[in-house]
Amino acid sequence: MSSPLKSKSPKPSALKASGDLLFEIGCEEIPAGMILKASAELKAILQKYFVSHGLLAEEQSGTSIDTFGAPRRLVAIVRKIRLRQEDVTREVTGPPKSVAYDNVGEPTRAAMSFAEKQGIPVSKLSIVNTPKGEYVAAKQIVVGKPAAEILATVLPQAIQEISWPRSMYWTRADSSRFIRPIRWIVAVFAGRVAPFSFASVHAGNQTEGHRFLGKKNIPVSGPDDYEEKLKKNFVLCRPEARRKKIEAEIHTLTARKQLRAHEDADLLKLVTYLNEYPSVIMGEFDSSFLALPEEILITVMRGHQKYFGLETRNGELAPHFLAIINLPGDTKGMVRAGHERVLRARFSDAQFFWETDLKRPLGDYLPKLAAVTYESRLGSYADKVDRMRELARWLAEQWFSGGVSHADVAGSDRAAELAKCDLVTEMVREFPELQGIVGGLYARDQHEPEEIWQAVYDHYKPSGMDDALPRNLTGCAVSLADKLDSLVACFAVGAVPTGSSDPFALRRAALGVAKIILERKLPLSLSAAISAASKSLKDHAPKIEVSEAVQKQVLDFLLERARFLLKEKRGFAYDEINAAFAASADDLVDAAERIVAVKAIRNTKNFIPLAASFKRIRNILEKSAGKLDKAQLEVEPELLWEPAERELHASAQKIGAEATRRKKAGKYREALEVISELRPSVDKFFDNVLVMVEDSRVRKNRLALLGNLLKEFSTIADFSELVSEDAKDLSQQSH
Amino acid sequence: MKTEFAKVGDTFSPAQRNMETRGLSFQDLLLTLEHYWTAQDCILQQPYDVEVGAGTMHPETFLRVLGPDPYRVVYAQPSRRPADGRYGENPNRLYKHTQLQVILKPSPANAQDLYLNSLAAVGINLKEHDIRFEEDNWESPTLGAWGIGWQVLLDGLEITQFTYFQQSGGINLDPISVELTYGLDRIAAYLQGVDNVFDVRWSKNKTYREVRLAEERQFSAYSFDYADAASTRKQFELNEAEAKRILDAWPKSETKNLNRFPILAAYDLTLKCSHLFNLLDARGAISVTERAGMIGRVRRLAVRVAELWLRQQSGTALAPEPPGRGA
Repeated sequence: MSSPLKSKSPKPSALKASGDLLFEIGCEEIPAGMILKASAELKAILQKYFVSHGLLAEEQSGTSIDTFGAPRRLVAIVRKIRLRQEDVTREVTGPPKSVAYDNVGEPTRAAMSFAEKQGIPVSKLSIVNTPKGEYVAAKQIVVGKPAAEILATVLPQAIQEISWPRSMYWTRADSSRFIRPIRWIVAVFAGRVAPFSFASVHAGNQTEGHRFLGKKNIPVSGPDDYEEKLKKNFVLCRPEARRKKIEAEIHTLTARKQLRAHEDADLLKLVTYLNEYPSVIMGEFDSSFLALPEEILITVMRGHQKYFGLETRNGELAPHFLAIINLPGDTKGMVRAGHERVLRARFSDAQFFWETDLKRPLGDYLPKLAAVTYESRLGSYADKVDRMRELARWLAEQWFSGGVSHADVAGSDRAAELAKCDLVTEMVREFPELQGIVGGLYARDQHEPEEIWQAVYDHYKPSGMDDALPRNLTGCAVSLADKLDSLVACFAVGAVPTGSSDPFALRRAALGVAKIILERKLPLSLSAAISAASKSLKDHAPKIEVSEAVQKQVLDFLLERARFLLKEKRGFAYDEINAAFAASADDLVDAAERIVAVKAIRNTKNFIPLAASFKRIRNILEKSAGKLDKAQLEVEPELLWEPAERELHASAQKIGAEATRRKKAGKYREALEVISELRPSVDKFFDNVLVMVEDSRVRKNRLALLGNLLKEFSTIADFSELVSEDAKDLSQQSH
Repeated sequence: MKTEFAKVGDTFSPAQRNMETRGLSFQDLLLTLEHYWTAQDCILQQPYDVEVGAGTMHPETFLRVLGPDPYRVVYAQPSRRPADGRYGENPNRLYKHTQLQVILKPSPANAQDLYLNSLAAVGINLKEHDIRFEEDNWESPTLGAWGIGWQVLLDGLEITQFTYFQQSGGINLDPISVELTYGLDRIAAYLQGVDNVFDVRWSKNKTYREVRLAEERQFSAYSFDYADAASTRKQFELNEAEAKRILDAWPKSETKNLNRFPILAAYDLTLKCSHLFNLLDARGAISVTERAGMIGRVRRLAVRVAELWLRQQSGTALAPEPPGRGA
């Protein structure tokens, strides 16, 4: 019954006044990878509350809230917050006037009790006109609250609402949770503390400097002196400032030695959030370690120690590294010596693994795979390798017979046999992220042919949409065999990805399959490949029969990822992809060529209305479905008596023949151009001919004409899938 | 013996004498840290006398963090990891390394500062080193225990696991304890500036090699080459059965002398299972599938021990399940 109405302010001058907020959640070290997301979330939460409480106008809220973070703090600076909410007039409707006042206009009990309930005298009640008649109403002015008061409730809520992958308790299990213990909170609004507490920590005006180099209790007056005071206490609170310092120092150090740091945006981001006051130091390692493969050295430096690897001008790895430390410098060289010692130990370990593993040929590790479970219902990796080998051979045979003359059946078999052997080596146990790569390096060292060691090395590729493909065709065969087997096998036992969980990375596998086929332009029938993988799963352990329905599920899953890839990577619209896929998607390379043709022609003069007509045809056919049986799909020319239908029939035959000729030559675009010449005849047909006539023979014959037309001209793409504004209008008219 | 001691001292090379000037000896490191933490009201405990893989498995951690009573304790815990043995030939890997374990229950607000001051106490100038707390959530599937925290890095070297314990024996903890686990061997190597842990000075005139090498060689050999899988498996099963037998004997009604019920013995048997499992694992005698199953068997014992221990502490055999029972 109540409706808040914004009223004009009684004290306009007071409302103009605004203040700035400094809000800092000080805590023990937040995991570096989470800070950026949390600060973005903090901004969204504050924006939501400040707008809903009328402290910020919606349009300015985006620009006036600034959030950022460092290892021990999440910070929000909010400018120009209203000092108090605007007053709001609320109007509450009461009983009808006829009930509230008697014949002589005196208030009744009803009016009095309503006024009492609203807390105003009866004389202040007013009358409002509603669609239901005249009613009594009470107007109330709700006085806006001071911002500081609202902040005291909103800020602790905001802390609570930030979501984390895994939060914790740190004192009692019934208290508040956060990503790590909160140790201080700064909440200063318009120069004063906005008082509240969260998890027994009281908000105040004191921040903390660098853990070792700064002061502990630093009073701040608000956003204006905050950053400067922290800087003096060795905290660069803005990530950009930290990143720039790191980049500048990397540049200075590498330029001096004429070296180049490996580009690594992710590592740069990580170290930006691992340090409050980052500095870069250069360390050295014994150049004898350079005998180890670069991949291993980089993994140790980057993954484990978060060091940047360095290379010389001619691109070779240099026996130097860059470490980012949380100090202004290392004047005594002690930090450098420490980092060098740690790296030396790590490299010695890697060297030990390298030498131990290489004492045996890679293939000798194969029997050990029997003890490594892939999935409890799907057996071991040894079983998976058996299935992969059969599938890799099959793929190479397909390509060979499809005209890819260098497809190597025996080589694909050998590469699949070796692909998973490194899983039981010391090196991969220590550095799981190097699986595949290590096997490839061992195979190279043991003089396997280039085609094969590279195939082993690359067979996990592509690991994502932007990753490279396996370098050679054998690598593509092994990669596809691995991924297709995972997809079919996991679907067969119901281990399918759900919204939040995809433990076998099947989405990535399916994307990889689509990417390899599309980008290598490999001739391959998806349904045949899925059925080959199913056969392999039946021939080898666990000897599971894969039903038609599951195979169809896998196909749909693959096509969905192919759609995604074509949209994201090639920039096609979903309706273009759907149109071509509706015609056929079994050969992805061919489907992609048809999409190119559809995209090229979809906005041409004749094509837009033609596409709309096809949609209309499909609607007519769908509505009449059931009334039409197969025997009557044949058009009987003698029943075509309207000139327009005879013309359509004739031009369809002529144009159909022409389009088919071009289609067979793979000239999809030309074929579509030819098809679009149908437009005048189609238009004339719909202008002059009624399809759903009484005479059932004529009606059926016309439906057959349209049915054939749709079928014949939808082999490149189903144009009725195309969505355009014009098509929408036209299809609506036809109903 | 006395004369032999003197001889070793006499034959010190000049290089070794120089080394002596740098960093605390292994034993002084241990003593300094124990002294530091006893000054912080910690009880000084002894290492547990059953083979364990980590200081967390000592009842002074596993059981003490359960329930409401405040407690502070420090102890060294030689920790056996059969799979990590390298016959004493690898400069960084050990069959048995030495942890220094600290439990602060409940967790004080200045836990990080207390820890960092302990580093200062052993001679690390906090302003001159790159010390950082990097995310590392600790978990022990065999104990049903996990916590949230960091590994502490000193100039890139992992020296301590710092954990706010959330669960032990599958039971949600309240209050929360802080667990600090120092890797004493590598800290000593760092302080002394040596690359090989066997070069660490244990005392004024004995090296880590002299004190421990025989153990590393022989236990690595036993774990990898000698241990009989069938008999080890049998021992696992015997210990498991005995632990179960005890746990199953828990009184079904309130009895006198509940405090004599040997939950602690059942826990020792659980620890033996855990060690025997590690031994089988190192021997390569466990398949991946079996692995998860055996870990589950040890965890089930640990979870029951934790539950019954809490009931025993509250003095009742039939107490309802602890409220904090987690998944």
